[in-house]
Amino acid sequence: MPFLEIRNLEKRFGTVDVLKGINLAIDEGGFLVLVGPSGCGKSTLLNTIAGLETITKGEIHINGRDVKNLHPSERDIAMVFQSYALYPNMTVAQNIAFGMEIRGVPKEERDKAVSEVSEILQIKHLLSRKPSQLSGGQRQRVAMGRALVRRPLVFLFDEPLSNLDAKLRVDMRTEIKRLHQSMKTTIVYVTHDQIEAMTLATRIAVLKDGLLQQFGTPAEIYNSPANMFVADFMGSPAMNLIPVSVEKSGNDLRLSMPQRSGSPLTLALPGGAGRIAKHAGRNVIFGIRPEALTDPDGADRNSPGVVTSECQIEVVEPAGSDTFAITHLGGKEVVARLRADAKVSPGKKAMLAFNLDKAVFFDPGTEQRIV
Amino acid sequence: MSAASPETAMKTTSWTRILIYAVLIVFVIYYLLPLYVMLVNSLKPLDEIRQGDMLALPQQFTIEPWLSAWSTAQIGVQPTGLRPYFLNSIIMVAPAVAASTLLGALNGYVLTKWRFPGDNLVFTLMLLSCFIPFQIVLIPMAKVLGLLGLAGTTWGLSLVHAVYGIGFTTLFFRNYYEAFPTELVRAAMIDGASFFQIFRRILLPSSGPIIVVTVIWQFTNIWNDFLFGVSFADSYSLPMTVALNNLVSSSTGVKEYNVHFAGAILAALPTLIVYIVSGRYFVRGLMAGAVKG
Repeated sequence: MPFLEIRNLEKRFGTVDVLKGINLAIDEGGFLVLVGPSGCGKSTLLNTIAGLETITKGEIHINGRDVKNLHPSERDIAMVFQSYALYPNMTVAQNIAFGMEIRGVPKEERDKAVSEVSEILQIKHLLSRKPSQLSGGQRQRVAMGRALVRRPLVFLFDEPLSNLDAKLRVDMRTEIKRLHQSMKTTIVYVTHDQIEAMTLATRIAVLKDGLLQQFGTPAEIYNSPANMFVADFMGSPAMNLIPVSVEKSGNDLRLSMPQRSGSPLTLALPGGAGRIAKHAGRNVIFGIRPEALTDPDGADRNSPGVVTSECQIEVVEPAGSDTFAITHLGGKEVVARLRADAKVSPGKKAMLAFNLDKAVFFDPGTEQRIV
Repeated sequence: MSAASPETAMKTTSWTRILIYAVLIVFVIYYLLPLYVMLVNSLKPLDEIRQGDMLALPQQFTIEPWLSAWSTAQIGVQPTGLRPYFLNSIIMVAPAVAASTLLGALNGYVLTKWRFPGDNLVFTLMLLSCFIPFQIVLIPMAKVLGLLGLAGTTWGLSLVHAVYGIGFTTLFFRNYYEAFPTELVRAAMIDGASFFQIFRRILLPSSGPIIVVTVIWQFTNIWNDFLFGVSFADSYSLPMTVALNNLVSSSTGVKEYNVHFAGAILAALPTLIVYIVSGRYFVRGLMAGAVKG
């Protein structure tokens, strides 16, 4: 029995379908990240779990209990808001203790709980300040403190890091992960940042236009995207999606893709027909992540699927740890991730190694993955 | 925008500045002159006023007109001075201001944070009440007061002002709370706070500026009202404004201008004090609403 389960959830605002039948389930202690572009319905989904939005159809179960008709305060959840939503007229300590105060918890108990939580989050010295006297990162901690002190069944995070600057965001991300590892409370976390999703989640749900695109572990989402949207959305730089034709030559199959100049680039598929044989003679979308497309010296030597080919390099972007080389295949810009010291220069040809073991293929019509 | 250099600042000082200050001083005198005339003449014996120089300082300083206006002058047929009517006005204004402000705040809270189908229509209708001229409601209001058994009482007058003020106070609070983050209300809901707990513990403590604006607005309007006072009050529940009129326009005896001036200043004093004490909050409140929204 999953700890948090969402069945056939639908949400309609007037005539607009915001959520169109979502099914999700996660075990106790899991970290579920809802990710997608803005307007995909991820925040609405979180709000329905919190009880801040009613649902049009479907069910939500927390710990085996149907919470559909329960007030937010009765669902045993705590939420961290994007704007932190700290009560401006109260001190940090009062902010953290407000929920307990409303529930009639005695003062000594409240003080003890506030002190414990502020210890964990290292905000003890801030307890008597007002929210306006805190920095962004400190407000973030207080908002988390207010959630932690409740010891709820489920934590809900609504884009909690999007108001922080880049460096602080990475620090807080690690901190949230550490907190989750030590507290083992179930978390549902909304973000539009696919890196946050990858680093934090035990399960990722990718949403678009109110539909669940894929639900799986970060590795599944990354390595076996269900469709071209997920492939393109998850990962940075994004996966290269190249229109190719699958050609048969004798017993072997090869992929053929036009280049900007000269004859089409062909890649012989190793291991024979197995994976894509039934699509021979058709056009498909060939998906390959930038790190699976590298300089021959940097390629994975243990992988049997590495095929090298010469490509025209158009732009070189050194990024310090890696060098990104951009070439042009099948009418699309294609990014290759090379070692930092790889010898490539723009306008020249260079050998690139395609790791076809890591490649995925999509149907150009339905955009669904076929292999 | 870059800061003006010292030279340009110096140049503007010379002629334009002098002109600006001259114009401002003229206006200050223009606005203060009536108050000066009232103040100076309220401190003179009547003979001195009859000599004709309204602008002269008193030769013989006296506070007799003030004492007379306050406690012995003839108001209508009673020689009571303005004192009982001053109290009437206080009894009328205080509950009306408190009730209309509180209800306006509640309305604003519901119209922004507990939205319901048709809420905008309700708001528009309430807004419309701001534009209804006083004269139109006189007769229906008299009827309602009669039905309630409040005709000719200070409480009845207070009720009229409270009801009439709700449109304005709702407008003020609705616009202020529109900019108030809804996430705070949601956070309080998850914390388990009830409808009124959220209002009292989260919204009201952050409403200082708009409360000041509303209180000043309501206080001055209700205090200065004449029409409702003259229409709905009997001779014992008259507010200050109507009593002042009766003092000044009584047709018997000598016109005691010095007493009239003193009475008029007494009638204007509470609103003056409210402005002086909370005027800077008034400006700040209006600004806060404007910039945040």
